[in-house]
Amino acid sequence: MAAPDVLRLRARLLRRIRTFFDHAGVLEVDTPALSTAAVTTPQIASFGTAWQGPGPLHGQRLYLHTSPEFAMKRLLAAGSGSIYQLCKVFRDGESGCLHNPEFTLLEWYRTGYDHLDLMDEVERLLTRVLEGILPLAGVHHWAWRDLFIEFAGLDPFQAGIDEFASLLEAKHAVVPIGMQEAGLDDWRDLVMTHVIEPRLGTGLVFVRDYPASQAALARIRPGDPPVASRFEAYLNGVELANGFHELADPGEQRRRFEVELMQRAQGHLPLVPVDERLLHALSSGLPDCAGVALGLDRLLMLACGASCLSDVLAFPFERA
Amino acid sequence: MASYSTNEFKGGLKIMLDGDPCAIIENEFVKPGKGQAFNRVKIRNLKTGRVIERTFKSGESVEAADVMDIDLQYLYSDGEFWHFMHPVSYEQQAADATAVGDATQWLKEQDMCMVTLWNGTPLAVTPPNFVYLAVTETDPGVRGDTSGGGGKPATLETGAVVRVPLFIEIGDVLKIDTRSGEYVSRARE
Repeated sequence: MAAPDVLRLRARLLRRIRTFFDHAGVLEVDTPALSTAAVTTPQIASFGTAWQGPGPLHGQRLYLHTSPEFAMKRLLAAGSGSIYQLCKVFRDGESGCLHNPEFTLLEWYRTGYDHLDLMDEVERLLTRVLEGILPLAGVHHWAWRDLFIEFAGLDPFQAGIDEFASLLEAKHAVVPIGMQEAGLDDWRDLVMTHVIEPRLGTGLVFVRDYPASQAALARIRPGDPPVASRFEAYLNGVELANGFHELADPGEQRRRFEVELMQRAQGHLPLVPVDERLLHALSSGLPDCAGVALGLDRLLMLACGASCLSDVLAFPFERA
Repeated sequence: MASYSTNEFKGGLKIMLDGDPCAIIENEFVKPGKGQAFNRVKIRNLKTGRVIERTFKSGESVEAADVMDIDLQYLYSDGEFWHFMHPVSYEQQAADATAVGDATQWLKEQDMCMVTLWNGTPLAVTPPNFVYLAVTETDPGVRGDTSGGGGKPATLETGAVVRVPLFIEIGDVLKIDTRSGEYVSRARE
């Protein structure tokens, strides 16, 4: 079990986070963890369960949310203004030193912000929350493409799969297995996790402008190549937060859901119901906003100087 | 053919890799929040003993290696093969020099050894952690010197040469740690 000091530090971080948003005038909300719809992203697996009744939903398959994103956007579309939430989320198939199948997310949305404004707020929040606990050893900003050129020695928008493969094996001694049918983005993820992340070093590192194919729920800005208004924050080399200038176009959102369902079908992954209520909310109008999700357990782990989540969770998954 | 998914990976699991039987030492789950998951795995090649690192795309399956460890009694060597026997079934196994490897210098007839079988054939032999072997050759002992300081080489009945304290004499039976190849003590007869 986590030491009493760790439990106290967790409570302290939560208190500071709530104070930060209270001062910023951001409203705390609480949305359902169970939904009839699920995330379509092929790389994220939902836990499913069945409702036994009573009522019209008897026998209905329900999914535990993997992030409160869809429900929070429905609140935004209903005119909530800027909101934040601290909640447990659940992801099947994710367990390891930096993964626990249930974990605590801090997710917040700012109306009138774009992803750049929100990156600044992430920096302000972390500075305030970690004050006197963990000093930020510098703040660095990278475009996703430049990160690959600098640390991996290749242009990720130009290079093909063969170049990724030979560079990984020859220069970085990474020999992957099972990548015969992998797409370009899988290779990019391999370089990101095996070559770039270990070299990010200490401090807060923001990575922005992801390829359009990795936009997730971010807007895509036209250009050559077009890039997604998405960012990630790494703290001391650990992926900590992911944010978007949020896609507000319901037609484009539906297309992305459909593409992901097609990818699920090709990968023999379960087909899940699309969140029609989110699409309906987007149709009624999502205010211009940016949102970000930050892993609270990882933040606590870093604040403690621990290297695994199991060191800071009250009861890790294996002993839950 | 039996196989394992990366979801079943854990320390000790025996898998086939590049045609060789291997054992997983360490399995690390790596995944970007929105991206592809990988298993970064440290693996020991059971034929060569070499440790390598490989990364599997999560969800892949890999062939299981039919490898098991059994305790067998060492019988004798005919120069080409080392013969072992199961103490209950009396079933015999013959291991070649590659399989026996460095264990050869610690093998004493009737000692129990761990024999690793791959597809039913000996792949490796692990001697007991401690063996008791008689000294066949060493410089004359220095009586009264039980300090153990300094030391001298001694040849044992299996041919192994170990460093021993000065008071050890020919005919003494020594307790040896086979993992380090070092003298532990003189055995009481």
